[in-house]
Amino acid sequence: MGKRVAIVGIGTTGFRATTPDVSYRELTYEAAVKAYLDAGIEPKEVGAFVATSEDLIEGYSISDEYSPDQLGAVLKPIHTVPGDFLQSLANGMMLVQSGFADLVVVQGLSKASNILNVGEVLTFAEDPVTVRPLCETPHAVAALDMCRFLHETGTTREQCARVVVKNRRNALRNQRAAHGTLLEACDVLAAPPVAEPLGRYDIAQHADGAVVVVLASEERAAHLRRAPVWIRGIGWATDAPSLDSRVWGDARYARLAADMAYRMAGIRTPRREIQFAEVNDEYSYKELQHLEALRIYERGQAGRATEVGATEPTGEFPVNVSGGSLGCGATFDLDGGQKLLEVVLQLRGEAGTPQLRGVTTGLAASWRGVPSATGAVAVLSN
Amino acid sequence: MGYRRVAIIGAGMTKFVRFAQETGKELAYEASKMALDSAGLDLSQIDCVSVGSAPDAFDGVHMKGEYLADGSGGWGKPVMRNFVGGGTGVMNVIHGWHHVASGMFDTCLVVSEEKMSSAFPHPAGAFVTIFDHTTEQPIKPTLLWIFAIEMNRFMNAHGYTKRDIAQVAVKNKKNAIDHPCAQLPGEITVDDVLNSEVMAYPVNRLDVSPTSDGAAAVILAAEHVARRVCEKPVWIDGVGWALDTAYWCTRDLYYPDYVEVAARKAYEMAGIKEPSKEIHIAEPYDPFTYKELHHMEGLMLCKRGESVKLLNDGVTQRTGNLPICPSGGLLGVGNPISAAAVMKIIEIFLQLRGEAGKRQVPGKPTCGLAQAWGDLMQVGTVVVMRS
Repeated sequence: MGKRVAIVGIGTTGFRATTPDVSYRELTYEAAVKAYLDAGIEPKEVGAFVATSEDLIEGYSISDEYSPDQLGAVLKPIHTVPGDFLQSLANGMMLVQSGFADLVVVQGLSKASNILNVGEVLTFAEDPVTVRPLCETPHAVAALDMCRFLHETGTTREQCARVVVKNRRNALRNQRAAHGTLLEACDVLAAPPVAEPLGRYDIAQHADGAVVVVLASEERAAHLRRAPVWIRGIGWATDAPSLDSRVWGDARYARLAADMAYRMAGIRTPRREIQFAEVNDEYSYKELQHLEALRIYERGQAGRATEVGATEPTGEFPVNVSGGSLGCGATFDLDGGQKLLEVVLQLRGEAGTPQLRGVTTGLAASWRGVPSATGAVAVLSN
Repeated sequence: MGYRRVAIIGAGMTKFVRFAQETGKELAYEASKMALDSAGLDLSQIDCVSVGSAPDAFDGVHMKGEYLADGSGGWGKPVMRNFVGGGTGVMNVIHGWHHVASGMFDTCLVVSEEKMSSAFPHPAGAFVTIFDHTTEQPIKPTLLWIFAIEMNRFMNAHGYTKRDIAQVAVKNKKNAIDHPCAQLPGEITVDDVLNSEVMAYPVNRLDVSPTSDGAAAVILAAEHVARRVCEKPVWIDGVGWALDTAYWCTRDLYYPDYVEVAARKAYEMAGIKEPSKEIHIAEPYDPFTYKELHHMEGLMLCKRGESVKLLNDGVTQRTGNLPICPSGGLLGVGNPISAAAVMKIIEIFLQLRGEAGKRQVPGKPTCGLAQAWGDLMQVGTVVVMRS
């Protein structure tokens, strides 16, 4: 089927808890310039651009107005995907495969530190008639899901706490991460609850940052300076957007997205054919739930695997070596971009201190956060 | 370059109204269901969904694409939203084209929804925060003001009068009388337009399209599917889109460069050399009267400064040589932003199939164009279709 599409350039600002020194446009500019230098291209050579933003997160109506200038995309085909970065990546991939452009740039951004009232913004994502009037904190949606997940799979809170300990420790070794620290599982369990069973440390803190990726067709990639990282498979899916019609405790969106990506990549046994993963861990239990939905672990096994250190950087299947969302920071729709960045750097052998040895295939999986049921998956190989 | 051919095989839309009783989800459902029925397909035959909707501030729903997903038939499917402000409707069809032309999917349901009535007291409030937070928002501009600036510049550059431009409202509202979904059809005169309330000179109330609720949907299919399930597919032969700089104060507003750039790309794909001759029928974006003329020039359907002559000569009437907005456009049918531009795509689809009923233009057109515009006067989105 589809033509092969490669990642031939990537740039990032890294992730910081706050960035008072730069505007959101400057964040994108920095990542874009780095990506273009990395790929050895000029923006004028680019055939199409895909930006990523959601109005209420950006604080603008029609936030896509401010997408072209800092990317060098003025009077060029550029449009915005109000979705996860990996959905934008899929869109960029489709633009290459259709033949519309042989070089496509995909941008994602988080300026979370600009948002004064994240909770209220997220409340506006709930159904205005049936759910919003309940005035629950958006974390309550995740807490309900977590309860169901723990109940159905026998996963324990202790195992979830181990995810937090691992990812925040991993982040200490990653110079791009914002929230690295040393914690013990007992610290996580003893933290004050936000929405039972979610404690303060079970929830990722936010971070600012930008990621820009340059995609190329196979023919074009052959003439560029960087060794390509291939997007072997990509998938995205939306489960029930309404809380009332959703199957709780199960990340069905991730399963559907993974099925699509694996089918495209020709992957039958993901656990054996993929060597490491960066998966959404905006809430501690989500890492475990996602690993199971992605068929890396059987249902109910991810917690146990974490407990015995299988998902540590030195384990049999390293997960979120970068620190993930818990360690690098939650970045709204840049989530997939943060995951993709780390997978690409690992495959290129440029991850820095967290570098894994001899990896050739990695997986990035994102989620759009509460209260959505949308996720995306990308399988990459060098 | 050979592109995988993509066809429109079905279409549906709701009525455009000021206050819909239905929720946004329900509007999306109605349009989607109608599109599926018209193509004789059911949801299991749809591979993916493309959702289009303008600012979340209208519906007051954050992540509106997620909210609309089930109403748009996206439950358990790959759903992706796209957004270029007012240009979103036509972009949504282009975005659907990405999905199918890439070979990743064979069918795509393209759904656009807008529920502007949720915004109180008026949806214009959603536009307060579209301006630059540092340089523009402090002077509290409104959307009407900046379009008044653009209209003024356009009139001055070409010597057009308000009387010239008012004829667009007369034509489009009259055309809309034959559109079953129209919100503001009617027989009006040029004097009615000139005598209507001044919103921001030179824009009068009847120069402006209404705020509306509504949804519209089309189904796209790859050639092998389209030929199997549809007797009269309408092919998407060219697509183009472009954004100009957000710093609109730095541009000469008399001419929409971004529309020309988008149109050139679409014409190149469709193999069109002389758009004014090869395109038989067009639906340029007409949220304001002057925009129809402004866009005709940007689309190179006439020379710069000659759009009013075509209007005066009756060329752009439904019975003219180059019918423009035979649907009634946004001025007549209504302007639920993203859905309004899909309505334009649907009009070309019906006209090229010869199924536009009372609105059918004579002469069996075979090549048509729909275009939308948006953001800070900076987006052009163009689709060229052939029967």
